[in-house]
Amino acid sequence: MSGSVPMKAKHQRMALVIVALIAIVAAGLIATWALRNQANYFYLPEQIAAEPPAVGQAVRLGGMVQPGSLETEADGVTVAFVVTGNEASSVPVRYSGILPDLFVEGSGVVAEGSLQADGTFLATNLLAKHDENYVPKELEGLEGHRAADSVAETTVGLD
Amino acid sequence: MIAEIGLASLWLAAALAVLQMLSGALALRASNGERSSLAVYARPAAVVQAGLATLAFLMLLYAFAITDLSIKLVASHSHSLKPFLYKLTGTWGNHEGSMLLWVAVLALSGGLLAAAEKRLPERTMHATLAVQGFVALGFYAFLLLSSNPFERLPVPAAEGVGLNPLLQDIGLALHPPTLYIGYVGLSVAFSLAMGALITRQVTPEFARVMRPWVLGAWVFLTLGITAGSYWAYYELGWGGWWFWDPVENASLMPWLAATALLHSVSVLAARDALRTWTIMLGVLAFSMSMLGTFLVRSGVLTSVHAFAVDPERGTFILILLALYIGGALTIFAFRASSVAEGKRFAATSREGALVFNNVMLSAILAIVLLGTLYPLLTEAFDVRVSVGPPYFNPVGAIFAIPMFLVMAVGPLLRWKSDKPDRIKQELAIIGAILVSITVLVAVLGTYGLLPVLGLALAAALAVAAFLPLRGRKLSRVPTAVWGMVLAHFGVAVALFGMASESAFTQEKLAAMSAGDSTSVGEWSITLDSVDPVAGPNWTALEARVSASRGGEPMRLSPQARNFWAPSQATSEAALLTRWDGQLYAVIGDTAGETADGTQRWQIRVWWKPFVTFIWYGGLLIGLGGVLAIIGRVRSDMRRRIATRLGDARRAELEQLEAAKTAENA
Amino acid sequence: MRLAYAIPLAIFLFILGLGGYMLSQPKDDAVPSAMISKPLPEFELPPATEGFAGASREDFVGGEPKLLNIWASWCLPCIAEAPQLEALKEEGVEIIGIAIRDKPEDVAQFLERHGNPYTRIGADEISSLMIEIGASGVPETYVIDGAGNIRYQHIGDIREEHIPLLLAKLGEAR
Repeated sequence: MSGSVPMKAKHQRMALVIVALIAIVAAGLIATWALRNQANYFYLPEQIAAEPPAVGQAVRLGGMVQPGSLETEADGVTVAFVVTGNEASSVPVRYSGILPDLFVEGSGVVAEGSLQADGTFLATNLLAKHDENYVPKELEGLEGHRAADSVAETTVGLD
Repeated sequence: MIAEIGLASLWLAAALAVLQMLSGALALRASNGERSSLAVYARPAAVVQAGLATLAFLMLLYAFAITDLSIKLVASHSHSLKPFLYKLTGTWGNHEGSMLLWVAVLALSGGLLAAAEKRLPERTMHATLAVQGFVALGFYAFLLLSSNPFERLPVPAAEGVGLNPLLQDIGLALHPPTLYIGYVGLSVAFSLAMGALITRQVTPEFARVMRPWVLGAWVFLTLGITAGSYWAYYELGWGGWWFWDPVENASLMPWLAATALLHSVSVLAARDALRTWTIMLGVLAFSMSMLGTFLVRSGVLTSVHAFAVDPERGTFILILLALYIGGALTIFAFRASSVAEGKRFAATSREGALVFNNVMLSAILAIVLLGTLYPLLTEAFDVRVSVGPPYFNPVGAIFAIPMFLVMAVGPLLRWKSDKPDRIKQELAIIGAILVSITVLVAVLGTYGLLPVLGLALAAALAVAAFLPLRGRKLSRVPTAVWGMVLAHFGVAVALFGMASESAFTQEKLAAMSAGDSTSVGEWSITLDSVDPVAGPNWTALEARVSASRGGEPMRLSPQARNFWAPSQATSEAALLTRWDGQLYAVIGDTAGETADGTQRWQIRVWWKPFVTFIWYGGLLIGLGGVLAIIGRVRSDMRRRIATRLGDARRAELEQLEAAKTAENA
Repeated sequence: MRLAYAIPLAIFLFILGLGGYMLSQPKDDAVPSAMISKPLPEFELPPATEGFAGASREDFVGGEPKLLNIWASWCLPCIAEAPQLEALKEEGVEIIGIAIRDKPEDVAQFLERHGNPYTRIGADEISSLMIEIGASGVPETYVIDGAGNIRYQHIGDIREEHIPLLLAKLGEAR
């Protein structure tokens, strides 16, 4: 496809198809390679103990906040706590940020972040579970009923 | 009566879609020269169908306007006390209504195409209308068989149940239909592409017919994505403008394909090259909008954006997807090699640059598609993963950076064949900007590689966008070229916003009690007080924060809200917009007490320089598209008038000739 | 050359197959507990409302297999499964409830409206048992055998069609 003299028609079309194919295949390969490296994997504390992820690799850690372990540091925004699993293993976690509403000691938590060289898990995000948002199909109308019950409250100031 | 009229016109419209499909197909089967007697019905069927589908939609709109509670859809999604505006927007704020809006717009587009489009060969037109009828029929079936919007309740409800104030948001009311109109526009482009492929009439004339539809769809998609991004930014309270969420990707993928199609159709119109490539992109753009709809509506992917999902509807959409796209690609596989080769061009030509960027766009599309589908794929093997920005940003950039570079240079090149030497000066300008900005930014601070490259590319692109105007008389530059300049400049502006946001954003998370101060960037932030406030169905803690940088302090009031029906906690971010960026504040939990027993609160503040440029850029891109449509349609009109005048003139001359010969005889 | 034009079709068929496969799979966000076939953890919960006994591990040990039902008055699916729990009670199954993050007055109101299938209800205000037992949401129901071992986990609300299965599992645990 180089040079200023246009090449033969049949060859050019072939060349275009091949160029497009190579680019798309390259995109596909790069994507697959990157996906295998970048996807967030889910770890339990005992898995972190058994085969820890590489330091700095983004993973999710799920477990229970050990009662009595939650400490707010002096700055008021960094919290440290210990996440335990089903067995004795536990992972210390540090997080700076706004805690989700359902986050208390003894509750379950999913932390997104990475393992540090010193063995602490530095969380960038904490997720809380939203059980009350789950509604089976047969009951979809029910939530509506509730809304209808509270019409008087909900309409104040809307019109 | 309203519901019955609506339902009847919907059934009639579906019947007309059958007629349109059959009559178009039979007209095709009749061998050349011979005319099928059914062929005459295709165009009128499309036009009348447009009227009927619109009528059906208006009926539903009316039912929502008067809150007719005997209709199930109204009863379950509206309420007599809702503000009138939201009663109307509620019409398409649900699955059934939005599908009805979809078919109404689809039928209107089909009607417009059938009534106004006379440039295409009649056979191609019939093939197009047949495909269009087939597409419409699928959606009518979907609507009538699985999601009838006019279903009556056995006993009218006493009151509607749709009063969720969370859904009463003007951004949420307008952005989905904008995307829908874009999707429908792509379906018309798809029908035209299939029509041209079936009759092997992939000509510049066909490209000129297709272009306004693609441009229109692309403008709507651009605006829809821009609005959606801003909505997520201020509503979700996470300070981000793009999360690579499946729902967002579902709207981005058709846009990428439409952008590629838009450029390739221009090459076809101007230079008669890239014939099969344009057809392929036409199919791809529509399949991406169908795939997006499938992913969003079927619930196979989980998303941060709440959507009513239903596997049964998912199955229906998947079947439609299989029929439309599977059919189209099968025809493509058999027909494409018999479409005559287009005009040739050199690698260093405007076509060459456009082809390169087309391929880059397709590669980015492939990356987004794979990233979106990957969780599905691994779930099939029982591994749960989530794919996020750490994948999309760098991998997308591998292809986006060369694309932006070629985008700066492409419009400067001549069609067919050009020498790089000719545009030495322009290349030098672009190169100098690139290097100097990269060095400047890298020296001034430590930023990530991508933001630095983004800033440099944005600056280079902003200048390069106007270079095609160099040496031209501005008053004589065609409107369509202004459109291109503006849209390319818009890309630069948006890129600048994205890079700045990612490079310069400063974030402060602090535990403050009333009266405390902190600073973020050049702003000093003071928490004045935290008070409980109450709304119609929520209570909230509202922080009063003053922010200043030298001048008068300004007030921000972020809230942490608790709704009780349905029970939900949301945080309402407060935004302070300045010309050079936005201050974004969120209030979190209590953060314990200080030593002397004063209550402390978590306050999170971001200073995001130039973040608003992202959306200004989106608007500029859309505006550029509008200008391009105006320019194209105007010049088409002018050409049409000119041909008609020419024809009239010729006929006159012939008459004169004839009269003269008769006289002489 | 001609084959190249069939490549898009091939890619599309692959994606289509994937989509179809995913649709045919039950949409299942449920995470099975790692505690199945392990002993029930130690716990001791106070009563969730007046007129009931609280629940502890000892209540499960000895005698017939029992059901452990994790529920809450704020949970809509729990309303849906109330008739099924009632039916299981009719069959002579002993059901011990654990109310998650609930208030005594709400629990009482729920039982009044939707019936009471429980012999005991423990209050788990911080979801501690829920986490220990490996429940991922509310409601969930566990079959516990006479030795205090977890034998079966049912995720989500119990529908009509699940009753025979649960009865069978209770039979196996005997």
